[in-house]
Amino acid sequence: MSLRQSQSLLHTWSGLLVGWILFGIFLAGTVSFWRDEISRWARPELSAPFDREAVLKAAPAELAKRAPGAKGWSIDLPGDRNSGVLLRWQSQEDGGRRPRRGAGDENSQWLDGAGNPVVVRETAGGDFFYRLHFDLHYVPVLWARWFVGFCALLMLVAIVTGVITHKKIFRDFFTFRPGRRQRSWLDGHNAAAVLTLPFHLMITYTGLITLMTLYMPWPAVATYGSRQAMIAEQFPRPPEVERSGKPEQLVPLAGLVDRAEALWGGRAGGILIAQPGDAAQQVMVRRRLADRIVDGEQTIRFDGSTGALLAGPRPESAGVVARGAMIGLHAGRFADTGIRWLLFLSGLAGTGMAASGLILWTVKRREKQPDPARPPLGFRIVERLNIAFLAGMPLAMTGFLWANRLLPLGSSARADAEIGAMFQLWAVAIIVAILAPTRLAWTMLLGATAVSLAGLAIADGLLTANGLPASIARGDWGMAAMGAGFLAFALLFAWLARHAAHRSQPAGRGRRVPQSAAVPAE
Amino acid sequence: MTRNSAKHILGRGLAALFGSYALAALWGSVLAHLLPMPRLDATLIATILSFAIFAGVAVYVFAARSLRSALAGLCVSGVAGFLILRVAGA
Repeated sequence: MSLRQSQSLLHTWSGLLVGWILFGIFLAGTVSFWRDEISRWARPELSAPFDREAVLKAAPAELAKRAPGAKGWSIDLPGDRNSGVLLRWQSQEDGGRRPRRGAGDENSQWLDGAGNPVVVRETAGGDFFYRLHFDLHYVPVLWARWFVGFCALLMLVAIVTGVITHKKIFRDFFTFRPGRRQRSWLDGHNAAAVLTLPFHLMITYTGLITLMTLYMPWPAVATYGSRQAMIAEQFPRPPEVERSGKPEQLVPLAGLVDRAEALWGGRAGGILIAQPGDAAQQVMVRRRLADRIVDGEQTIRFDGSTGALLAGPRPESAGVVARGAMIGLHAGRFADTGIRWLLFLSGLAGTGMAASGLILWTVKRREKQPDPARPPLGFRIVERLNIAFLAGMPLAMTGFLWANRLLPLGSSARADAEIGAMFQLWAVAIIVAILAPTRLAWTMLLGATAVSLAGLAIADGLLTANGLPASIARGDWGMAAMGAGFLAFALLFAWLARHAAHRSQPAGRGRRVPQSAAVPAE
Repeated sequence: MTRNSAKHILGRGLAALFGSYALAALWGSVLAHLLPMPRLDATLIATILSFAIFAGVAVYVFAARSLRSALAGLCVSGVAGFLILRVAGA
């Protein structure tokens, strides 16, 4: 067996083993490049533009009213791409972790950009797809992360072996032979993979780095004795602030934020106040992650009673920067609009690569079946799983967005119900994928996705101020991109549905590729 | 797919999966000791590099002439790494 044949085997089987999950990870991760925009779309109540001075004055006043004597206050400031200010507080008794953003916590309050308290619908927004990307759902987080990491490792292997399998990697850039079943799928798979190969390699490798000490704790065990010991050195925690019992006014936050921003030469992303209202109070100003490529906390600590600087940002050493830069590249928080579109399109190409690779597996084997009308069980399982994931998941995701618009605003556990709606719709799609004839199942699910997406764009125009024409008129390009995106993907899915409906019969009566030509000759 | 090739894929697949992870963990630990940097930096960078080791070993296992020679290669590299780790870690 030649090197290329052996790598081709490894590529096929590692790809098939995790292809569906990779498709889901790619899809959820790709839309998460618009996490902030999706969050803003999901909370149309928060529209006022951000007035920094007003917010920094109103936020501590609101917190003092809602949570006097709290152990800690937190103020999340909006970046350039989202709006609204999230206030959260932690009582003295509550030693636990901070709740998830927007997950319907009673110890939280939204302010609009002008600093006025607003009632906002309970939703996970774009954070849902972001979490789905590596935590999945309905699965213990740690298992999910291990499973996703396992898939990412196989993805890394599939990329490397895919490159070795390709003799003519450069010519594949320009090769597309449409209307020829297996060849077309192969060319499409190659084009999607090769054109954006640097992206795939980067995103897979850096994805592993985001959770690297979970997946690979052994170097830390070798030098530190345990993973926790290294993490303690990597992320030292400031000492807990003890209450003195003497009340004291909090210094104005705007001045502290100004000083922190001058020290970084950057912008503030959030503020934490420990033991507010007590003479011992401290203010931690956190730098915006979107400020730079390196993903790492740069916090400046002030005495909250006097305004004295207590600690500047920690210097970052080579290893810390290397890790932070790789995570920053993965999350793309630094990206301006142009780079963000490139990342998004590359992610779509990756999603398409996973999808076309899975379809190629069935197309390639269908023509070799002894009796194409009754393929073996393994083949049928792959075929149905393809429909359930490749067509079912996009449809299900639109269900989440519809639930955000349609569920009653005040209903209890609303954020969970939105997520539940997505999985219920997916369950219906899976039933269709299993029961309907394959061609009909593809057509129905892809068509339903097209209709659902187009409907979202129309509903936005009717129900909110974020319809496509209104957003363009306002110059709100984030929301305009959401509306235009819905329409563009509606067209794409309509085209795919039409293609699925008109494709030749699976019996292979279409133009058949001779066996010898299945592997492109040199 | 013949039964023979299924066995072939399974054997190499398991060797690639477990061998790659074991060698990545081992040589990552070796690098964490040997990289000429402060401990935290050396450990972080060794961990980053360990994933490249994983991919390289997986390719090697499938590229080797036979499963037996692949396993022999894994063993030699494993023993060598283990000895270096014992010396460097001491």
